[in-house]
Amino acid sequence: MKLLSVRGVSKRFGGLQALEDVSFDVPQGAIKALIGPNGAGKTTLFNLISGFLRPDQGSVVFGGTEVLGLAPHQIAARGMARTFQQIRLFPRMTVLENILVGRHLHSRGGFLACMLNLPFTRKEERGIRETGSEILDFLGLSGQADAEAVHLPYGQQRMVELGRALACEPRILLLDEPAAGLNIRETAEMGRLISRIRGRNVTVLLVEHDMSLVMDISDDIVVLSYGQKIAEDKAHAIQKDPEVIRVYLGEGDA
Amino acid sequence: MRGRYLPVAAFAGLIVAIQMATHFTGSGYHLTQLTMSAYYSLLAIGLCLLVGYAGQISLGHAGFFAIGGYITALLTTHDLSSRAGGASRWLAKAGILSFRIDLYGGELLTVHPWVACLVAVLATVGIAYAVGGPVLKLKGHYLAMATLGFGVIIYRIVLGTEFLGAADGISEVPPFAILPGLEVSGKAALRVPNYYLAWGLVIAGMVLLLNLIHSREGRALSSIHGAEDAAEAMGIPTARYKLSAFALSAAFAGLAGVLLTHYNGGIGPSEASVMKSVRYVAIVAIGGMANLWGTLLMSLLLNYLSLRGYFGTYDDAVFGAILILIMLFAPGGLLRRDLLEEVRDVFRGNGEKAS
Amino acid sequence: MNPDLFFQYVVAGITYGTIYAVVAIGFNIIYNATGIINFAQGEFVMLGGMTAVTLSRFLPLPVAILGAVAVTTVIGAVIDILFIRWLRGPSVLRMIIITIGVSILVREAALHVWGESVRALPYFTGTSVTSIKMGNVYISPQVLWVVGVSAVAVVALSAFFNYTMLGRQMRACAANRDAARLCGISAKNMVTLSFMLSAGIGAIGGAVVCPITYVQYDSGTPLAIKGFTVAILGGIGNSAAAVGAGMILGILESFSIWVLPAAYKEVISISLLLLILFIRPSGIFGSAEEARLKEF
Repeated sequence: MKLLSVRGVSKRFGGLQALEDVSFDVPQGAIKALIGPNGAGKTTLFNLISGFLRPDQGSVVFGGTEVLGLAPHQIAARGMARTFQQIRLFPRMTVLENILVGRHLHSRGGFLACMLNLPFTRKEERGIRETGSEILDFLGLSGQADAEAVHLPYGQQRMVELGRALACEPRILLLDEPAAGLNIRETAEMGRLISRIRGRNVTVLLVEHDMSLVMDISDDIVVLSYGQKIAEDKAHAIQKDPEVIRVYLGEGDA
Repeated sequence: MRGRYLPVAAFAGLIVAIQMATHFTGSGYHLTQLTMSAYYSLLAIGLCLLVGYAGQISLGHAGFFAIGGYITALLTTHDLSSRAGGASRWLAKAGILSFRIDLYGGELLTVHPWVACLVAVLATVGIAYAVGGPVLKLKGHYLAMATLGFGVIIYRIVLGTEFLGAADGISEVPPFAILPGLEVSGKAALRVPNYYLAWGLVIAGMVLLLNLIHSREGRALSSIHGAEDAAEAMGIPTARYKLSAFALSAAFAGLAGVLLTHYNGGIGPSEASVMKSVRYVAIVAIGGMANLWGTLLMSLLLNYLSLRGYFGTYDDAVFGAILILIMLFAPGGLLRRDLLEEVRDVFRGNGEKAS
Repeated sequence: MNPDLFFQYVVAGITYGTIYAVVAIGFNIIYNATGIINFAQGEFVMLGGMTAVTLSRFLPLPVAILGAVAVTTVIGAVIDILFIRWLRGPSVLRMIIITIGVSILVREAALHVWGESVRALPYFTGTSVTSIKMGNVYISPQVLWVVGVSAVAVVALSAFFNYTMLGRQMRACAANRDAARLCGISAKNMVTLSFMLSAGIGAIGGAVVCPITYVQYDSGTPLAIKGFTVAILGGIGNSAAAVGAGMILGILESFSIWVLPAAYKEVISISLLLLILFIRPSGIFGSAEEARLKEF
């Protein structure tokens, strides 16, 4: 079953054709990777899918409904969470608080109710915090719960961002270069974490440069080059695709 | 939870202690400036939510204060008795209009302060929604300049409009009888109850805001500050949250304007001046931005010193200088344990990149 | 309205518009170098006027004006060195508050030095009632001084940016700070220079216009807001467009007296600012795409 379906998406920035007629599907429960050389349009595609950019053409159907033209928070409310290539943690907040923000979509207390600290918001807050600590356990970051998130080592910041997205309990999780800037050990750990996410009934679409990580964890791979899709196949097949080897692996990026 | 309200109790104790001290030293006249400080503090803590937590600067909050103050002043002083038809008699009976005797013994028919207060606060919030909708789409310098522009417009309107008293403002605003025996007015006999009423309101406001910032709504506001795109990605409708915070802070400002106008018995255009708006932002900045307690304590201290005239002719200059010193050396505010660390950071050059 | 009166309004509009354009260009110079909007920009104009009035008591007028420009330029440099230069990567919010603080300090200092009185330089040519007949209308020679001197200053500035080594270095720095640094250009010095230039051109404007508009310790803030309006109207960073935008605002304001009492003159121009910010923050001459890239 298709959870996400991208159809004929194009985007132009001034004189640059960032994406041209890109289509692919992400089936429910899959881990799908999006690869391509720098400037291939991967992050642009992420931004289009999650509503941060509007495409010039095309359509993005998520969970059976068109999400194109919706604001990012509306798309998020339909069950899509994402991380950012440049880590976007909330400054002046602890690790736990960062995760708690991820529970926003699963709580309801309004301004007035929260100001009055009504019984139902107190109950809700307890629930939010329970889920928050559960996610910290999952990440193995319980010890850092009260540390200011932006002061953590880089690798842990990536984990917090991932945890924050998981707290949204998304149907699909978009990970933009989750291993960027991580060392080998951290990358391996991130890989294990992403594989475990599947166990939480979350579909994953990721952009990644680290080929060993991509090959390890993904089911299918889409290859972009200069804004166009040049291949889409199983991980092992992609490695043998001559076109992919030429534009991508041939450039020594692997 | 207990940690949240303990400082509230301590602060209430401080307020009582101050009153006791003035009582036993026979310096009760200090309470007048302290009461005025309370109303300015009400505005300051509301602004703290907007600027410190949600990260949206406003250089026009004196405008909201003035809107509240001027509306109540106008409604409670504008004599309707010349138009006293059946409708106004009915309105008087319903408590919406009220008769009173002016200084010269003439009978006045004006809007009842309760109604005026309600109208003023609602109008302030309404204007905040109308202005905030488009203004809060702006960021950084544009937002600062737009809110500054809003403030100047309000200032120019109250200064240039005849029926708002132009440069003289509106005076002879009647007391506001909140409860039988408790009225907001500057009468010396009512100094103590007014002091407690004002600070009681501030404390109530603090409790509401403290609850808010420790809730999902507070976290949503804080998340907008610094990583707005990430907040959107978490499903937070950032535009709506910014607008709500703007309107809430305007409501605090409007209410402060209403009550201080009744307390002082009048309002003038200087309450709407740009310098006032800057002062409020200065207090929030000095208090440490996202720090309600810091804002409240600094507001109490600085407003009191300023109103007692300790800064003399250097009043505005003092605020300007403190503002700059804080922003240069301790952008995180004064009331922090790691203040020295921060000053050292400034010199070592660990500048913040975000926001 | 008869044509003569109409023309008088236009002339008044151009006079004020010129000053707004000068303030806007001051904003642009610093913005291009730093990405900061200097909220103390109007204070430079006030300082130029005030200093010129004081110096003119013991110096011949042209020397007094040059002296005022020099003094204000130095103040511009001092402001940068004291408050801006040594900060590393400050946030926008912090910069806004610092420049606002600077504007308060300058204004309060002016209040203590010069008091609250309203001052003015004498008319450069003739007196306040002297006028030159152009066709059917009479123009005060001071208007020609304002427009003429400002035009020369703007042309000189643009020549500086285009044809001198230093000017080119400043533009290089504005375009790409890191690359410029690699070429051996000191970004810090360029920022200081931009504050000096911006202060200097503001002071020139302040001095030439003060016979007509008068100057007071607090004349800076309204000028800053209107100058910013013009900078936005022209598209921030675009000084050529600022001149045109200045004329538009000046003339619009001048004719607004027709519709509303003079007390509301500022309400008109600031409403225009809000309107532009709401509808087209990139300015009427700028491109929307470009404005978004500037990431305010």
